[in-house]
Amino acid sequence: MDNAHKGGVPALQLQNISKRFGEVLANDHVSMSVDHGEIMSILGENGSGKTTLMNMIAGIYFPDSGKIFADGNEVVIRSPKDAFKYRIGMIHQHFKLVDVFTATENIILGLEDNGKYNVKQCEERVKEIAGQYGFEIDPSRKIYEMSVSEKQTVEIIKVLYRGADILILDEPTAVLTPQEIEKLFAVLRRMRDDGKAIIIITHKLNEVMSLSDRVTVLCKGKYVGTVKTSETDEAKLTEMMVGKKISLDIERTEPKNVVPRLNVKDLSLCSHEGTEILKGISFTANAGEILGIAGIAGSGQRELLESIAGLLKAEGRIDFMSPGSKKTESLIGKTPRQIRNLGVKFSFVPEDRIGMGLVGNMDIVDNVMLRSYNNGSSLFLNRKEPRSMTDRLISELEIATPSPKTLVRRLSGGNVQKVLVGREIAADPTVLMVAYPVRGLDINSSFAIYHLLNQQKKNGVAVIFVGEDLDVLLALSDRIMVISSGKVTGIVDARTSTKEQIGLLMTGNAHEKEDSSHGAK
Amino acid sequence: MWIDFLRRAFMQAIPLLFGSTGEIITEKSGNLNLGIPGVMYAGGIGGVIGAFLYEQNAASINPFLAILIPLLCSLALSLLMGLIYCFLTVTLNANQNVTGLVLTTFGVGIGNFFGGSLVKLVGSDVPSINLNATSNYFRATLPFADKLGWFGQLFLSYSFLAYLAIVIAIVMAVILKKTRVGLHLRAVGENPATADAAGIKVEKYKYLSTCAGSMIAGLGGLYYVMDYANGVWSNDGFGDRGWLAIALVIFAMWKPNFAIAGSILFGGLYIIHNYIPNLDVSGQELFKMVPYVVTILFLIFTSIGKSREAQPPASLGLSYFREER
Repeated sequence: MDNAHKGGVPALQLQNISKRFGEVLANDHVSMSVDHGEIMSILGENGSGKTTLMNMIAGIYFPDSGKIFADGNEVVIRSPKDAFKYRIGMIHQHFKLVDVFTATENIILGLEDNGKYNVKQCEERVKEIAGQYGFEIDPSRKIYEMSVSEKQTVEIIKVLYRGADILILDEPTAVLTPQEIEKLFAVLRRMRDDGKAIIIITHKLNEVMSLSDRVTVLCKGKYVGTVKTSETDEAKLTEMMVGKKISLDIERTEPKNVVPRLNVKDLSLCSHEGTEILKGISFTANAGEILGIAGIAGSGQRELLESIAGLLKAEGRIDFMSPGSKKTESLIGKTPRQIRNLGVKFSFVPEDRIGMGLVGNMDIVDNVMLRSYNNGSSLFLNRKEPRSMTDRLISELEIATPSPKTLVRRLSGGNVQKVLVGREIAADPTVLMVAYPVRGLDINSSFAIYHLLNQQKKNGVAVIFVGEDLDVLLALSDRIMVISSGKVTGIVDARTSTKEQIGLLMTGNAHEKEDSSHGAK
Repeated sequence: MWIDFLRRAFMQAIPLLFGSTGEIITEKSGNLNLGIPGVMYAGGIGGVIGAFLYEQNAASINPFLAILIPLLCSLALSLLMGLIYCFLTVTLNANQNVTGLVLTTFGVGIGNFFGGSLVKLVGSDVPSINLNATSNYFRATLPFADKLGWFGQLFLSYSFLAYLAIVIAIVMAVILKKTRVGLHLRAVGENPATADAAGIKVEKYKYLSTCAGSMIAGLGGLYYVMDYANGVWSNDGFGDRGWLAIALVIFAMWKPNFAIAGSILFGGLYIIHNYIPNLDVSGQELFKMVPYVVTILFLIFTSIGKSREAQPPASLGLSYFREER
C-alpha cells in the first residue's frame, strides 16, 4: 500500500477531544493516535466513552472541542461521508444493514459513483476484496439469510469497498463463536500487514492481549493512557480500566444439597412458519447448581427459556420437582399464571430487558410492582410495599438512580439489569432463568450480577444461565449445556472443559472433534 | 359488451393507478401517507379551480393553456398536501397515521368547500359544476383510434393522462429497481438509520418521494374529474377511490409495475356490478365490496407466506430521528 508508513506520521490522531451529552461528559479531553500497519485496542468499561469517541471519528457525532488529524492534516468530520473521504470506516456493533437487500446492494449503498449503476460490476469488486483478505461471502445473498458472522463480513467489506485505510470495529467479537473470532482476527492481522490502521473497541482483555499492538485505556470518559501490549498484562490493564485493583476470578462455590428440580425431556418447538426451533431437548436442572447454556446466538436459547416459562407452547415434558413435598408437577402446556398458581416459583430475566422484562416508560417502583400486580383486592394500587422494596434494591444492589421514581429507560444498561435481576430474585424463586445477564455491562456491574447468581445458588435455587462469554460460562457454571440449532450437542462439566471443546460443540461439530483437533496440529 | 367492460374497467383503473403509484413511492420512503384520498381529492378540485378560472376569464380558449392551467393547479395543490404531510411527519416527527387521516379529512374538506363555492358562484341549479370545454381537451384521443376496430377501442381510445399513468408507473418501477436513486430510496424506507450512516440524506428522500408521490396521486383526482366524469365536479363524487388506491398498494406488493395490472383488476371489480344482469340493489352493494375482500384475502395469503419480498418497507409508519442519546 502506498500510504503505509508515511514517514512515521500517524494515520489518525486525536487531540483533546471532548463531547458532552446533556449533563454527561462522555469524552473529556481524550487524545490518542494510531499508525498505519497497527492494531490499536480501545479498552474501557461500558460508559467509558469508547463508542462515543469512535463515533466522532466516523462522523456520527461531532466533537464539542478538540482536533482530529488524518495523515498529519487537520480534518473536520461532520458526516459518515466526510469520514470516508479521509478513508475512515467504522463497523458498528449493531450492524447497519438493510435486511431485504443483497450483500452487494448493502455494500454500495450511499455511494454516488460517477458512471452507471451496475450491480454485476460491483459484485465483481466485492469478490475481489473478499479474495484479497480471505473473506468468505456470496455477494448476491440477501442479508436476512445470513448468519451474524456473515453480516459482519458484509459490514467490513462495506468499508473496505469505500477504500477505508483506517478501520474502526466496535465490539466485533461480542456475537461470534471462538472459531469465528479466530477467523476475524486472522483477517484483521492480514489487513494490518497490508498497512491499514485498525482500531478495535473491546472490553475483553484476552482479545486485547492476543490481537493488538497497543492499547489505549479510557475510564469514565477520561484518557488514562496508552501502553504497548507487549509491555503489559491483564491485571495491569484492568487496574487502568477500573482505577483500582480487582480480582478477575469469578468465584465458584461448591454446590451443596444438589437435587433435581426441573426435568426437561424431548422438548420440541416449531415456529409458526413451520421451522423447527427446538429439537428434542432433554436436560435436568438441579437445585443448588448453576447450569450454563452456551450456543451461537439464535440457536434456540431464548425459545428454550420461554418454553419453560410457559410463554411458548412447546411439546415434550417439563417436570418440576417441588422442594418441600416429593410432588412432581407437569408444566407442559401451562400458561405462566397456571404455573404460578401451582406454587412453582419461576423467575425469568429475559435477554430483552426493556421490552420483555421491564417497561421503559414506567418508573422503578411501578416496574417492581409488575411482578405482584395480582396481589391485593383493593381497587386502588398499594405502592407502599413496592416502594420499600425498591428502596431496598437500590441500596443493596447499588443501583445508580436519581430517585426510585426515575423512568427505567433513563437508567444506564447496568442499572436497568440490576433492577430486573433484583426484582426477579426478590420474588424468592426456586428456579431462576437468566439470559445474557451481563450483556452490555461493565466489569463491576457484571461481577455484581455473578455474585447475585452465586448467592441464589447457595440458597438452593436452580439457576439456568444463558451466556455468550465462554470464559464466564466456564468460570461460573457447574455444568454447561451446549445447544446448536435447537439441538443439545453436549452437556459438560464446566470444571474440566475447555473453551475450544465448547466452541466445537457450539458449531455442532461434536462428532468431528477428533478430526479437527488433528487437523489443527 | 366485453370490449366496453374492459374499456370502462381501464378508465376506472387510471385514478387508482395514479393513486397507488404515488402511494408506493411514498411508502418506499417509509412514509405511510393515509392522506392519499384527500390528496387525490385536492388534486381534483385543484384542476377544477384552474379550469374554472381559465374558462371564466379567457376571451377564447387556447387548447394548450386549457390543459396546462388545470394541470398546474392540480399539481400545486397536491404538492401542498404532500408538503404538509412531510412537514408534520418528517420535520416535526408527528404520528404518520394521525397526520394521514387528518390530511384526508382536510383534503375532502377543501375540495367540498371550493366545490360548493364554485357552484354558488355560477348559481347553478344542480349542485355541480360543468367544465365541458376543458374536459373536451382532456379527453382528446388519437384521431385514428376509431378506425382500428376493437384494437383501437381497447388500446388507443384513451386520453393522454391515462397513458401518462402507465408511463409513470413503469418509470417508477424502473427507478426503484434499477437505479441508485431507487436503491437509496428503498434503503431509507427499510432502515433509515443504515441509510443515514451510509451518507444518504434521509429527510431529503422522504420529502422528495412523498411530495412526488402526492403530485402523482393528485393527477388521479384530475383524471377523474376531467376525463372520467366529463368535467363535472360534484361534491363527494370521487367516492372511495382513494382508499382503494391504498389497498392496491398492498395488492401490488409495493411494485408500481404490478399496480398496473392490479388497478385494472380493481377497476373491473369496481364496476362489475353494472355488467351483471338482473342484479338488485343489495346485490350491487355486495359486489362493490369485492375489491376490499380481495385485498383482505390477499393480505391473509401474503402474511401466511414467508416471502420477505411481499412485505411492506420495514420502517413504514415510523418516524426517523437521529439518536442523540
